[in-house]
Amino acid sequence: MSGQHTDAALAENAGDSLDANWYIDKLFQGVMFVCGISAVLFVLGIFAFVFAEGAEFVIKTINWSQFLLSPRWAPTSDYNPTYGILALIAGTASITVLAMAVAVPFSLGAAIFIAEFAKGRTREVLKILIELLAAIPSVVWGFIGLAIMNPWIIETFDVPIGLNVLNCGLILGLMAAPIITSIAEDALKAVPDTYREASEALGASRWQTTARVVLPAAKNGLLAAVLLGVGRGFGETMAVLMASGHSINLPSSVFDSVRALTATIAAELGETAVGSEHYQALFTIGIFLFTITFIINMTADWIIRGSKKG
Amino acid sequence: MVNFALQAKEDQHPDGSAAPGSDAPVQLAVNKLEIRYGGMVALSGVSLDIRQNEIFGIIGPANSGKTSFLNAINRMDMMRSNMTVTGDIHFNGVDIRQWRNVYALRRQIGVVFPLPVGLPMTIYDNVALAPRLSGKNLSRQALDDLVERCLRRAALWDEVKDRLNSLGSLLSGGQQQRLTIARALSQEPKMLMLDEFSIAVDPVTTMRIEDVLKELRQEMTIILVTNLVQQAQRLAHRTAFFLNGECVEIGETEALFSGQVKDSRTQDYIEGKFG
Ligand SMILES: Nc1ncnc2c1ncn2[C@@H]1O[C@H](COP(=O)(O)OP(=O)(O)OP(=O)(O)O)[C@@H](O)[C@H]1O
Ligand SMILES: [Mg+2]
Repeated sequence: MSGQHTDAALAENAGDSLDANWYIDKLFQGVMFVCGISAVLFVLGIFAFVFAEGAEFVIKTINWSQFLLSPRWAPTSDYNPTYGILALIAGTASITVLAMAVAVPFSLGAAIFIAEFAKGRTREVLKILIELLAAIPSVVWGFIGLAIMNPWIIETFDVPIGLNVLNCGLILGLMAAPIITSIAEDALKAVPDTYREASEALGASRWQTTARVVLPAAKNGLLAAVLLGVGRGFGETMAVLMASGHSINLPSSVFDSVRALTATIAAELGETAVGSEHYQALFTIGIFLFTITFIINMTADWIIRGSKKG
Repeated sequence: MVNFALQAKEDQHPDGSAAPGSDAPVQLAVNKLEIRYGGMVALSGVSLDIRQNEIFGIIGPANSGKTSFLNAINRMDMMRSNMTVTGDIHFNGVDIRQWRNVYALRRQIGVVFPLPVGLPMTIYDNVALAPRLSGKNLSRQALDDLVERCLRRAALWDEVKDRLNSLGSLLSGGQQQRLTIARALSQEPKMLMLDEFSIAVDPVTTMRIEDVLKELRQEMTIILVTNLVQQAQRLAHRTAFFLNGECVEIGETEALFSGQVKDSRTQDYIEGKFG
């Protein structure tokens, strides 16, 4: 009470003792703090590494307009090596857009069905199937693209090559769908049942309840699900490498082969001399991917914040 | 059309004080109702008639089956896979199991839950939701009028008229409960069911809502499930006492509270000896 003399003995007397629970609490707060901080440090460390490797290229060698606007990616050319990533950006973008066009409606539909309409056994079986689908390794998807989709596309559409935007977009869509579905389903499950009951008690049908009450209430989570899907499409490497045809192209139709940013790094990094211009250019692509991901995440964050206020 | 019918009823009870007598038309007829959850019987052998424009009270301790009873009436059993209802319930003379469109049935029965559920939308939209969904295609003006009328009847209008576009879930608990009443009134229901509405509401707001109910009763039938015995005494014309899944007794509220009971358990409960 008297300021200076609030010593331990006095506190002890008043029943204010530091017991085991207090110490355990402090200990775990400390441990969790270290874990949290180290996650941040790892991310910063990775960024620093990627940036350091690409720094020289970014600062000295790079010709920005050529890098971003030239579709010619010819790093191994003897007389005129060119580092233009426009075609790679177009490749990644076209595949991702097609993948999302396939995956988003399909997954949201599936999530709504599982969360709002399916009952008992049907729901359980569907959830297990979706989880199984999410667990298929990407190289298997790539294999499906090569061995099944490729001949199918050639035959059905009568085109010379089946490894193209269509093939890769579909494969990527199928890969992203289970992830979007299960996150979207979680978002729908997080909407309290009392909302559904209140709405149905008013005479709203199940579908009206879903459309007017549940979906708006879950919109942030659903948006997060879609963005995670975009991130998945953007960052996927192996399946893209196998199913896209991996040839440099500004695609004019879904039947053109393309090459993606990620696949380029994966395919070429092992064959470049460490520290060479080509090596640095690949790391610059890494920085570029990093930046785009960062922008996507910030945008998502911003949208979610905005929608919370509204 | 609905309005016209309500108007006619209002004329029959100009002051709202006279209780509908035993010759009054029956709004809800329940016969040998039994409710089970899986193998467990939650309520059995309930037979009663609820008359038009009466306030019918249901009292009873926890787990006596009061909420289950209400859920059977507006067919919320469809949302619960383990709930089975047998026996029959006639609403306005029609068996509710024969209703092909349960949504249309529910539009005629307003419900207020124990804990207020402000839907995550604006105050205006909370009240306008059901009329919008029912496909009546009201004009903007008609909808505005309807929202105002419902909020006024729920004694909430003065507090929210300047903030109709803010979120309903930001209101205080008592205000949210009145919002749910306004919402339940938005379809001009023929019957209103309230389930322990005052659980999360302060005594002053409770009294205001009770006054609202006395008014509303001129326009609709009210089933009032309550955990406050005195609330039933203040409001209900007749009261049923549920205990452990059994309807022990139904009687004129005044009679029950003046000791004219058939079963001593009713007396004990009313006097607060258990539950
Ligand atoms: N969805 C459900 N699944 C299984 N059992 C249930 C379910 N809902 C209610 N019950 C059971 O049915 C019985 C009656 O419950 P009910 O909710 O109707 O009681 P109540 O009279 O409303 O009680 P309270 O005053 O506490 O609200 C209880 O034993 C309860 O455990
Ligand atoms: Mg209850």
